[in-house]
Amino acid sequence: MTTSTTTAGTATVAQRATGGPGRARPSLRFLRRSPLMTLGMFLVGLVVLAAVLAPWVGTRDPIQQNLALSNRPPMWQPRGTAQAPLGTDQFGRDVWSRIVYGSQISLAIGTAASLIGGLVGVTAGLVAGFYGGKVDTIVMRIVDLNLAFPLILLALAIAAILGPSLQNLILVMALTTWMIYARVVRGITLSIREREFIQAARAIGAVDTRIMFRHILPNLFAPVMVIWTLELARVILMESALSFLGVGVPPPTPTWGRMLAEGRSVLTTAPWIATFPGIAITLTVLGVNFFGDGLRDLLDPRLRKQT
Amino acid sequence: MTGFVIQRLLLAVLVVFGVSIVTFFLTFLSGDPAALMLSADASAEQVAQFRHDWGFDDPIIVQYGRFLGRALQGDMGMSLRHGTPALPLIADRLPATFQLTLTAMAMAIFAAIPLGVISATHRGSAIDLVTMTVALVGQAIPAFWLAIMGILFFSVSLGWLPTSGRGTLLHVIMPASVLAIGLTALLTRLTRSTMLEVLSEDYVRTARAKGLRAWAVLSRHALRNALIPLVTVIGLQFGYILGGAVVIETVFTWPGVGLFTIQAITNRDYPVVQAAVLILSTAVVLINLLVDLLYGLLDPRIRVRA
Repeated sequence: MTTSTTTAGTATVAQRATGGPGRARPSLRFLRRSPLMTLGMFLVGLVVLAAVLAPWVGTRDPIQQNLALSNRPPMWQPRGTAQAPLGTDQFGRDVWSRIVYGSQISLAIGTAASLIGGLVGVTAGLVAGFYGGKVDTIVMRIVDLNLAFPLILLALAIAAILGPSLQNLILVMALTTWMIYARVVRGITLSIREREFIQAARAIGAVDTRIMFRHILPNLFAPVMVIWTLELARVILMESALSFLGVGVPPPTPTWGRMLAEGRSVLTTAPWIATFPGIAITLTVLGVNFFGDGLRDLLDPRLRKQT
Repeated sequence: MTGFVIQRLLLAVLVVFGVSIVTFFLTFLSGDPAALMLSADASAEQVAQFRHDWGFDDPIIVQYGRFLGRALQGDMGMSLRHGTPALPLIADRLPATFQLTLTAMAMAIFAAIPLGVISATHRGSAIDLVTMTVALVGQAIPAFWLAIMGILFFSVSLGWLPTSGRGTLLHVIMPASVLAIGLTALLTRLTRSTMLEVLSEDYVRTARAKGLRAWAVLSRHALRNALIPLVTVIGLQFGYILGGAVVIETVFTWPGVGLFTIQAITNRDYPVVQAAVLILSTAVVLINLLVDLLYGLLDPRIRVRA
């Protein structure tokens, strides 16, 4: 981690992981050695594709009702129809299409919230760790304070008060994720601050912001990427829970959480409605987690033990 | 040690104070608490009357002072829906929530530690592989979905367990197990990794070299040291479990604080929501304080550094 630029840092770690410098295409070799990460990339890739290609992948308009086709089971069951491969809900809406379009919401909120949270958290952690003293105390007390709330309850209350919309949900989710970045970044900044290359930078007259962003920030790349994937998974799970409880992105936009809630009320007569969105959430989160675990091993073998 | 305890106590008080500020300002997020608590079709006079009755036309700092003063005397305002004090409404439902969360935590701890130890001692074996795969999936499954599938399978199909409510021991099994899944998965992975770390330490090799039985090495030398990081994580996870309980209580209509708070949110009964947030957050702070003190007791290095 002594290299000062990110790309160089990644390359050396990757080369080390594959057993030495000079080997061709180290990253591809790593994929073969890490089947879980490959699987994770595959799953995440599928969900991203579904979200981007939704109009072509979905069989029908996810909002369009069709009462003639209501409560149909998946196509492989009797009464099932190829028009709705995973069945329909009580309004005849296509479950498959709703899952495909629902991935857009999950990914949008997950990505945006974890990025905003990351931006705020990394900045806060960097400033706290770099300046120390009073700044550090204040930032870390705010972190402690935020962590004291059962996050889902806080998110629920805020989302309900602000009114559920895509932007509000992203902000609320970001509020539940920045603290982790801040804590980890602060810790690493504290140790980097004392290193010789920072003294050297200061000696040649670099100002604080330059030291923070040009010299310390690149060294945070690996841990921040790892936290980002873990937080992305957590935010996707939490968004689905909020949506399940009725404070997600409002209808008629299809979300996985609300599909589950709707399916719950007809559980005994139409179990498929609640079943498939749950599988979609699980596979997405699993994919992100596999990818994150693999990324951690790839970027920084020393982090491997800290689950 | 006394200095350490006092320092931690002061910190906890400070955090609870912060929690009270955030809780108070929750209702101001939308701009106007009066408009938030009344239904949308309330007339301007009704809003003005409500604002006056509830003291919303005083300066904010005065309002906060009043809020804090009352809260310290156990008065969190009146429930708009039930017309009775909000705090007792929450307090009455706390035992149900604690029963659920503590059962879930106990289940997770008793399942995860043996599983993690076995995985670590049989690293690379089939048991290890299966345990770790299940743990990975367990961390990815949304608990409320698992709850629904559990109801479908164990209640609807098999008829073994009740679908909802609280009463007998049978009622606790499914909600607590579902709530425990995520924590069990996390703790199993953590136990395995800390055990692997500890098992490669010199003192474990020494213990083995002097001829101690494998069991004694594991339990007295390895596990005891591996437990230290586990205690912290278990403490930190309490907040997550409480949050998870909010969701799980709703699925199983478990009559705890979570279900009640969700209903209060739906009914715009914000004094109750505030009381719930304040009480549950204070509970998290207290548990973390307890863990901090326990940690200091387990590991002398912590209290000396502090």
